[in-house]
Amino acid sequence: MTTPDWIGRSHERIGARDRVTGALRYTADLSFDDVLHVKLVQVGGARSAIRKVDRCEALKVPGVECVLIADDLPQPIARFGPAFADRPILATGETKFFGEPVAAVVAKTKDAADAAAALVQVDAEPLPAVLSVEQALDPDSALVQDPSLRPKDPLAHSNTLREWTFGWGNPSEVAPDLVIEHDYRFPMVTHFAIEPHVFIAAPDANGVTIWTPTQHVFVLQRVVAAALKWPIAKVRIVAPDPGGGFGGKGWPKFEPLLAVLALRLGRPVRLVLTLEETFQQARRTSARIHAKTGFDRAGRIVSQELNTDFLIGAYADIGVRVVSKASYAACGPYRTPHAKVTARALLSHTTPSTAFRGFGTPQASWAVESQLTEAAGLLGIDPVEIRRRNLPRKGEAFIPNDTPADGDWAAALASAERALDWHAPLAKNRGRGIALGLKSSSTASASQAIVRLHYDASVSVLSGTSDMGQGARTVLAQIAGKELGVSPDRVVITMGDTSIVPYDSSTSASRSTVFMGNAVIKACEQIRRQLRVIAARALEVDESAIDVVPGEVRTPKGAMSYAEAMQAGLGPPRGEIIGVGEERGGGYRPEHPLGGRPEFWEFMCTAVEVEVDPDTGMVDVTRLVLASDVGKALNPQQVETQDEGAATMGVGHSLMEELILDGSGRIVNLGAMDYRIPTIQDIPRELHSVLIENEDGPGPYGAKGAGEGGILGIGGAIGAAVNQAAGVKIRDLPLTPERIWRAIQSARSELP
Amino acid sequence: MSLGKIPVGIEVNQRSFNLEISPHHTLLDVLRDELRLTGTKECCSEGECGACTVLVNGQAVCSCLVLAVELDGQKVTTIEGLASDGHLDPIQEAFVTTGAVQCGFCIPGMIVAARQLLSSNPNPSRAEIQEGLAGNLCRCGGYSRILDAVALAASSRR
Repeated sequence: MTTPDWIGRSHERIGARDRVTGALRYTADLSFDDVLHVKLVQVGGARSAIRKVDRCEALKVPGVECVLIADDLPQPIARFGPAFADRPILATGETKFFGEPVAAVVAKTKDAADAAAALVQVDAEPLPAVLSVEQALDPDSALVQDPSLRPKDPLAHSNTLREWTFGWGNPSEVAPDLVIEHDYRFPMVTHFAIEPHVFIAAPDANGVTIWTPTQHVFVLQRVVAAALKWPIAKVRIVAPDPGGGFGGKGWPKFEPLLAVLALRLGRPVRLVLTLEETFQQARRTSARIHAKTGFDRAGRIVSQELNTDFLIGAYADIGVRVVSKASYAACGPYRTPHAKVTARALLSHTTPSTAFRGFGTPQASWAVESQLTEAAGLLGIDPVEIRRRNLPRKGEAFIPNDTPADGDWAAALASAERALDWHAPLAKNRGRGIALGLKSSSTASASQAIVRLHYDASVSVLSGTSDMGQGARTVLAQIAGKELGVSPDRVVITMGDTSIVPYDSSTSASRSTVFMGNAVIKACEQIRRQLRVIAARALEVDESAIDVVPGEVRTPKGAMSYAEAMQAGLGPPRGEIIGVGEERGGGYRPEHPLGGRPEFWEFMCTAVEVEVDPDTGMVDVTRLVLASDVGKALNPQQVETQDEGAATMGVGHSLMEELILDGSGRIVNLGAMDYRIPTIQDIPRELHSVLIENEDGPGPYGAKGAGEGGILGIGGAIGAAVNQAAGVKIRDLPLTPERIWRAIQSARSELP
Repeated sequence: MSLGKIPVGIEVNQRSFNLEISPHHTLLDVLRDELRLTGTKECCSEGECGACTVLVNGQAVCSCLVLAVELDGQKVTTIEGLASDGHLDPIQEAFVTTGAVQCGFCIPGMIVAARQLLSSNPNPSRAEIQEGLAGNLCRCGGYSRILDAVALAASSRR
């Protein structure tokens, strides 16, 4: 029997048919008997003292069951968060960001909840808010966080939540031929998953169950249990497939509140946020990056000094990790003999910033790649060539004592150069840009998988990964199919229910194919070992005489299928074979600045050509090339669509997206009407994806993670192309038509 | 809140329904909450994202912008009504084949909009497909494959 190889083929996306017919049930599509509807009550600006909440009129609305405020909860109010337990279940004392709820109305109908929420009278006094990097650093500004929440922290009386210094060598002792020094800004942008946030909670026989499209069921379980002061086992999280996550659905938000409401009322409660409310609950960390880069005459980087000031939100969420992880690797995929990165996570009265595809890397990359492009221009070196000269070879350590360069990065650069036709003459108003993106993948983390081989040799895989659009189910089914010699169509992947699936750290950092994929392989290996044992017993031969390969048990008495081996070995009582696999990667290293080495580097070369209309500042992306080093594309179509999707998302923050705040901290462009994301009319006229496959990754069959690469360097690539096309130097994203037009006017007026 | 309900007769996916509808409820509310046709998705609720696109008498509309009481005697087709006899519509099939489906939340609206586009223009250029789907947002960024899917569906119908 020959085993077809399911790896490296674009197997049809599992779940695609249910998605095109509307049959797939997302969280908001679930129905519950006796469910109550929740509406949150908020006040106008970012920061207000809450004097009094008058619920009388709201409670008169027919169908209203309760109006909960912070004072109703046990005091001091429970706080939660994945890194710092700093966020109260409801605002207490003052609101700290625009949209932080002060009350939750619960009613029998959505209409009643909406009507009653509008009748809750909040006596709130607006207070001065911290809304920018500069304000956060001003010692005269208000403190965002109560210092008593971190009593032993010397930074407690500042808005700096954490600061770090990373680096090696000594940049102050070198004498480069060229020094370039600038500030770069990266805007606040929002995830805008098409599925708004939704939370459902209900009491159950063991405790409480929460349904929400979270990316990390076990993080949520742990955080909710801690907020309730319950054992983890009593909190069950069910996560239907998210309608887009991108990091925005990674970390807890209103689940603790919903759990409290469900337990108080003894009934299911449901909160579906509007898109506007969703905008108010998660965003990407905005940043001001100060970069001072030294080069020699040949364009080689001599030193890199970066001050990365990231404006996180009112609560830590996972923002601290975003800042440290991105800043640690901020020098990019380059040999940097001397480096110093000073990073700060700055609290502000803004939407809590959280994970967002790229996890801080696009912000740092915007600065570092722009510096390289400018140096190339000043030194008369081609922008591709200057990057080539600084790229480490495979196996070369470019960050001391850390994972060395793990791919043929120069090959990716060369393919992008070719695919873009980089050296062809440029038409009028056109420009080209190239940028490299490098992201630290998952460090210390763990994935466990259970694989069950049924009596008919069909397979169930239990996995805590979230299939949020990347196609994790399909890849895991391909892997189990290869390992056990069955068609992926006979493999069922169950995800997203903590009462069924074993532990997984998170669906983040492009880690699932590598970590969960390896866990599935190990579970399948365990199944093959057990098959050998039962087959040997049934045939009364020595185990060493039996060879179990995918799909076949080879014995001295002939070959058997897995089903035949199980029937022979387990007999009429039947049964199944269960394999358990675990992948922990390089593991936790307390001495490492990130707690562990990146398991692999996610590397992408982005090259673009744009056309700028000098009269309007409008940008047309005429050609986009994405060359990623993926080790092995287990499902090439899925890898390409992930890369393309990430790049399209990056076109958004490069050209059009920015959350705009007024002086009170209110977001003035809430919702799809006023916050513009790329449409089908904004995609590049030509798009090429190149996958570099040398099977040199730590994942299944040499795979590395993919899915974020396309968004890492696109800002630097588009920025370089726009600056060349328009003859300007812009260092703030997004490159809106207005910003470009003004820069063109200003450049013209400066001409002699 | 206490407004009286109004009797409305609507045909949805070739089935007739006689409903009592609150005058402020949208077609989207009625499809999802009353008829439990949850394939039609809610995102922006202001007619900008296209996730709730359905056909009313063959024309694509944002169901979040239409009051259900206005639809007495009208014919509505939702994503659930496109496949027939267990066979996917060629557009649905093309979305699967080309890898146009990622998270999938925008896809029902996208496919219904594409259905109207191909009904009115069976042989669209790429620019015409972009024009026709400009009101449907996809955040996974699958637009280039969505374009391919609609082009493939158009060619397979010829």
